[in-house]
Formats: sequence, structure tokens, C-alpha cells
Amino acid sequence: MIFIEQAKKIFQTKNGPVKAVDNINLSIQEGEIFGMIGYSGAGKSTLIRMLNGLETPTEGSVTVAGRKISTIKGSELRKARQEIGMIFQHFNLLWSRTVRENIAFPLEIAGVGKAERMKRVDELIELVGLQGRGDSYPSQLSGGQKQRVGIARALANDPKVLLCDEATSALDPQTTDSILELLVDINQRLGLTIVLITHEMHVIRKICHRVAVMENGNIVELGPVLDVFRRPEQPITKRFVQQVTEPEESKETVQHLLAEHPDGKIVKLTFVGVSAEQPVVTELIRSFSVGVNILQGKISQTQNGAYGTLFVQITGESAEVAKAVAFLDAQQVDSEVIEYD
Amino acid sequence: MIEQWFPNVDWEKMWEATYETLYMTGISVVITFVLGILLGLLLFLTSKGQLWQNKAVYGITAVIVNVFRSIPFIILIVLLIPFTKALLGTIIGENAALPALIIGAAPFYARMVEIALREIDKGVIEAARAMGASTWTIIRKVLIPESLPALVSGLTVTAIALVGYTAMAGVIGAGGLGNLAFLDGFQRSRNDVTMMATIIILIIVFIIQFIGDTAVRKLDKR
Ligand SMILES: Nc1ncnc2c1ncn2[C@@H]1O[C@H](COP(=O)(O)OP(=O)(O)OP(=O)(O)O)[C@@H](O)[C@H]1O
Ligand SMILES: [Mg+2]
Repeated sequence: MIFIEQAKKIFQTKNGPVKAVDNINLSIQEGEIFGMIGYSGAGKSTLIRMLNGLETPTEGSVTVAGRKISTIKGSELRKARQEIGMIFQHFNLLWSRTVRENIAFPLEIAGVGKAERMKRVDELIELVGLQGRGDSYPSQLSGGQKQRVGIARALANDPKVLLCDEATSALDPQTTDSILELLVDINQRLGLTIVLITHEMHVIRKICHRVAVMENGNIVELGPVLDVFRRPEQPITKRFVQQVTEPEESKETVQHLLAEHPDGKIVKLTFVGVSAEQPVVTELIRSFSVGVNILQGKISQTQNGAYGTLFVQITGESAEVAKAVAFLDAQQVDSEVIEYD
Repeated sequence: MIEQWFPNVDWEKMWEATYETLYMTGISVVITFVLGILLGLLLFLTSKGQLWQNKAVYGITAVIVNVFRSIPFIILIVLLIPFTKALLGTIIGENAALPALIIGAAPFYARMVEIALREIDKGVIEAARAMGASTWTIIRKVLIPESLPALVSGLTVTAIALVGYTAMAGVIGAGGLGNLAFLDGFQRSRNDVTMMATIIILIIVFIIQFIGDTAVRKLDKR
């Protein structure tokens, strides 16, 4: 669906050239939710803006839905843009238009007739759950509602691709979750390809299938979300992964656990992509005469299964405990016996 | 009682002068609005980082606008006498005042238009571009509607300034309340005529301000 080949973007500024994107190769499949994460200034916005031609690459090419965005111009580019929706961190709604009129705007641009427009707007209002708010002005809406209008507007012309530039960064955690759920829902219902950029790992964790980590204009790590979570290679990736696993795994907490539970063994179980974590623990209790005490943990759902860690304390005869640990080793979960440093 | 306080006022002449002032103000406000929007859009669109970014066009337009904005109106009228004469064949009467009024006010309003357009959230223009809007669509459906309250309040200020300009133009011979106050009031030492002309001008200004403020309040949905 999206092919980026050796794309480079250099901005000429007063203080000399700034390399915002440095030789990126990337292909994104149809129907995929693709996340890009990176710190401020990594070049994420520049890259995503190349996908609808708001930015032209200095070198290389960008192809979206069969159209070479990096070279087309004028009316051909405008036509292509109608098939690529975009939502923004600050929503970018027209304050002078009501919700309905905002959603109708891209339809007006595409030259859709009035009756058809009204019908489509009603469908979209329903799709994003804004029934009854159609005649409100943006200033009368909450941030989450504004972003729903943004999403409805982006979907108006039945795009093939939806670009999200920090679409949840201005929202509180609960509203973020509801917007992310809406995006997943749209992705599944309409088969829409979604590219989203963020600096929050839990956004990636919640809805993305694959993730690219960007640093200094380059993609430094790329893969299915769970693989990247399981085996982050770059230091920057490790830091991002910690965003969703901390604080449970910090050294201090582990040492604290050991001090509080001196008997038996403490095992850290890491679940990656397992559909349910429960059977492992149940099995453990059934098969061995040991006590299993769940100390703490954090399991989160991703698009490809559960991800997270669980600290358990296993008590009993030392031979039995050893057998239990061996059993865990043989399971689909990674287990690690925690020792004093 | 009014007759008592204003014994020298010839009401027929007063109403005629009022009509002339309204005529000059009305026509010049309409043309200033159109020209100011066009010039303001040109200034905005050719400025740095905008859709038609063009240093040369922006520079030239900005200089012209600044020069005409800076010339005191009374001097502008005098400077424009040959131009007005060539254009209309006369320098007397309400129509003769129009070129000077418009040339004096349009650059003033153009600057206000440019400032109003600058206030528009850049993200909204970008969103429209991302939707595939052409520049013409962006002007019509984003730039103008999103800056409308500021455009209207700027026009209110300009219209009030134009009422003042018509009075000055009147002294040169353009007719209207300024002319009446000067010829009948000042030169013939009839203070009541001057006073009545002033009162009517004030009423006109208040009405313009009221209409402008009400419109802005209605338009602004922020
Ligand atoms: N129009 C521009 N002119 C000059 N430099 C630019 C321009 N746009 C971006 N840059 C520079 O390119 C680099 C990458 O910017 P970009 O906006 O893509 O980063 P980002 O990853 O989106 O950051 P953030 O998380 O803060 O949005 C930055 O150093 C930025 O200063
Ligand atoms: Mg950005």
C-alpha cells in the first residue's frame, strides 16, 4: 500500500541544512496499523507528511495506493490527497463551521453533491459516535469529541490510508484509549491502512501491528510490535519499551520483593504474545505441590496477544520448587529466577 | 426647541449633506473592502512560508501599501488632484472625493486584512491542503470564513476613519457634512451649524460601530 524508497529530506535553514529524514526505506501493507515512535525532532512528522505530499522528499520516492506522491503535482496531487485522510494533534477543525459542516468540507472539495453530502455526513457522525452533536461548533466540544470530528472528516472521502500525527497526544489517558479503540474499529471494519506517529509506547502497544523506531531521521529498529517488545535491540527502543513495563521491573522493586519474601523462589514470568496467561499458573499449582503467590505484575493486551510480566513466589519443598521452575522453563513463557545481587 | 438651539441650520441642506457623507462613505467602504481583501490576500499569500511565497511580489506590495498608508490624508487629496481630474474631469463633488478616499483607506485596510489572515491557525490551512483543497478553495472556504470576525472589525475601524476622511475631503470641496460645517458653519461664524454637523457625524460613527460590533459578536463562534 505504501512504499518509501531511499527517502531523504533536507531543510535549508538560516543555520545551514537540517537533515530531517535520512535515507528511509519502508513498506507498509494494506490493512496494517503501522506505528512510528521517536523523540521530538526525530523526523516523524516530516516522514508522515511525505505520504500526502505536504512535504516533498529531497531524494527518493514515496508511493501510496499506486500513486507516486513524491512526483505528482497540481490537480493530480489534490486528487491523490482526497484518498489519504489525515488527523492532527491539535485537531485543526474550522471553528467557523459546525461539526456537520466540518465533516462535509472534504466532500465539498471532492465535488460531492449536497444531498449525497448530507447523507454521508450522517453516516460518519454515527461511525464516530457523535450523534446529536452535529450542529455544535468545535468550541463547544471536548478534545476527544474534536478528534472524533477530525477522524470523521478524514474518513469522509473513503480514503485508503489514514495518517495520524500525534493524534492522541493532546488527550487524557481515558480519551486516548477511546480514540485508539475507534481507530482499531475503523481499521477492522473498513480495512483501512493506518500510519500513526507518537512518542508514547502504550499507543503503539495498544493498536499497532508493526512499529518503527526513529532516531535522527533514521529507522533504527523495525518489526512486529511483540518482537520489538520482547527483544528491543537499540538503547532507544529499550527506553521506549520501559515506558510500558516500568515500574514493576525496576531493579529496586525486584530487590524489594526479594527482601519481603525470603522463602521459596521468586520467578519473573514474561508473557509475549500468549493468548491467556492463566493456564500456566493454574497448571503449575495443579501439577506440583507448591504454593504459588502472585506478587505483582502487569499484563497488557496488544493487537497480537498479551504482553507483560508477572512476579510469582513459589514455596514448598526445594525439590518440588526446582521441578516447578523446570516446568515453567519448558512453557511458552520466558521465566527467570530472581536472585539477590 | 431644536429650532431654538440651532437657529441657523438649514435642514434641507443639512440632510442633503448627510446624504452626501453617507454616499461617499458607503461607496468608498465597499470598494475599500474589495481592494483591501485582494491586497491583504496578496500580502498574506506571498509572505514567507505561505502558499505563493514570493519575496519580490511581497516586497513591492508591502512598499506600496506602506507608502500610501503613511501619507496624511489631506496631503493625499492634494496630490491626487491631477489624477482625479484626469479620471472624472472634475475635482468638485462627492464622486471626486472617492479616488482619494479609496486610495487612502484601501492600503490601511489591506494591512488589517493581512494581520487577520496571519491570525488563522496554520494547522487549519494545512488540514485543508491535506484534504486536497486548491488555493482558490482555501481562500474561499478557509481564509475568509476563519478570519471573518477580524475582517469585519477591521472594516468597522476603516469605515469610521472614512467618515473622518469624507469630512476632510469636504473642506476641499467634495460636499457632505464636512463641507457644510466648513462653509456654512466656520466661514460664516454659525457655530450651531458646525455643532449640528458634528452631532450627525457622531451619530453616524456610533451606528457604524454598533453594527460592526454586533456583526462580530454574531460571527465569532470561537
Ligand atoms: N519546515 C522546516 N524547516 C526547517 N526545519 C524543519 C522543518 N520542519 C522540520 N524541520 C526540522 O526537521 C527535524 C525533524 O522534525 P519533525 O517535525 O519531523 O520531528 P518530529 O519527530 O515530528 O518531532 P515532534 O515529536 O516534536 O513532532 C527537526 O530538527 C526540525 O527542526
Ligand atoms: Mg511531529
